[in-house]
Amino acid sequence: MKLIVTDRKGAVHELKGRDDWSAMEVIRDANLPMAAECGGACACATCHVYVAEAWQDRLPQAQQQEVDMLDFGVAVQDNSRLACQIRLTDDLDGLELTLAPESL
Amino acid sequence: MSIAVAPPGAEHTTDVVIIGAGPTGLFAVFELGLLDLKAHLIDILDRPGGQCTELYPEKPIYDIPGLVEVTGQGLTDRLLDQIKPFNATYHLGQMAERLEKADNGWTVTTDAGTRITARCIVIAAGGGSFTPKRPPIAGIEAYEGKSVFYAVRRMETFRDRTLVIAGGGDSALDWTLNLQPLVRKLTLVHHRDGFRAAPDSVNKMRALVAEGKMEFIVANIKALQGSDGALSGITLNNKERGDFTLPCDALLPFFGLTMKLGPVATFGINLNENLIPVDTGTFESNVPGIFAIGDINTYPGKLKLILSGFHEGALMAQQAFRYCRPDEKLRFQYTTSSSSLQKKLGVA
Repeated sequence: MKLIVTDRKGAVHELKGRDDWSAMEVIRDANLPMAAECGGACACATCHVYVAEAWQDRLPQAQQQEVDMLDFGVAVQDNSRLACQIRLTDDLDGLELTLAPESL
Repeated sequence: MSIAVAPPGAEHTTDVVIIGAGPTGLFAVFELGLLDLKAHLIDILDRPGGQCTELYPEKPIYDIPGLVEVTGQGLTDRLLDQIKPFNATYHLGQMAERLEKADNGWTVTTDAGTRITARCIVIAAGGGSFTPKRPPIAGIEAYEGKSVFYAVRRMETFRDRTLVIAGGGDSALDWTLNLQPLVRKLTLVHHRDGFRAAPDSVNKMRALVAEGKMEFIVANIKALQGSDGALSGITLNNKERGDFTLPCDALLPFFGLTMKLGPVATFGINLNENLIPVDTGTFESNVPGIFAIGDINTYPGKLKLILSGFHEGALMAQQAFRYCRPDEKLRFQYTTSSSSLQKKLGVA
């Protein structure tokens, strides 16, 4: 499966997604700039991404813990998600994400 | 857990200064203590534990040898208990700001004016200093410290001001409740009508809104307006209203903390992508007597695991001993069999 990630400069990266990995793990493994400070514990909101419109309804809904943690994201929008909470499956082949701006 | 927290602003002399009181820094106190080396710890947070207590105090950790399951807070409490016999001095809520060469070692100065001189420095700063997240709004730098603040040092700063608080966590809600009686007008801005904060605080905030004592707006902050650091308003955006302006002269964004390397970058140590390369025999940086252990160091095969930080601290302590006690012979002993180590631990 593929993961299409737009970085903060607008460059588009086609990453090889791996079943059961989180989107955060795939993005970090590709050395794209993502702090993911807590390492995937849904405890820091520094793996914040925007989900492309076409994919918003196709992702499993965010759990309450993720919704709450997004309160600590900066520049949060309606299509904001935490990449550590997006578990990749074949259904998500071609998922398009954009890295959200980071804290200054 | 009672620990010896030193009042800020004093001068101290010790064997080793450890920058960072996370699990790695805490266990380093133990390894140094077994060798009779005294340690002072500095941390920007107001309590020890680092990421363990700041990010995941209630979350279980399963890969600490010998502890099948322990929370971030639980591990911190156990480490504090384990290192208690060595009476480390804690300098909390302070950031190590400057490092200067001293006659026989180094002097660290904190942002609170504390000065500690030691033969060796151990940087155990993890991902860096926890600092408030700064929202990426164009031009916000010009307002910081004048009309945009990330913490409330003195509540009086906000008296009679037209204040906007942004965020939905406990800091945002607590300061909303504390500052509301003081300010001229208060608006809480959050991206959703739901909060991470304690339900009781949220209820109190909603009651203030119902009484007409403050306003709550669901929106995102798009831009700041003003000049020379003086805010005159902020541009908000939401689905119903699109872009609209909210007049204000002070803004408090509360979006939690993030880790920044901070002043360590100015210490004159070699860095590689914000990590400190070390010799894996001693965990020393390129500068003799300055060590780096835990998540902040890098070497071939490095794994950012708490257990790696423990190992690194043990080897660091051996080398630190050679600097601190050059005339003494280093004796390698086991806590199981050495009565002198057991005496230090208070168990013999």
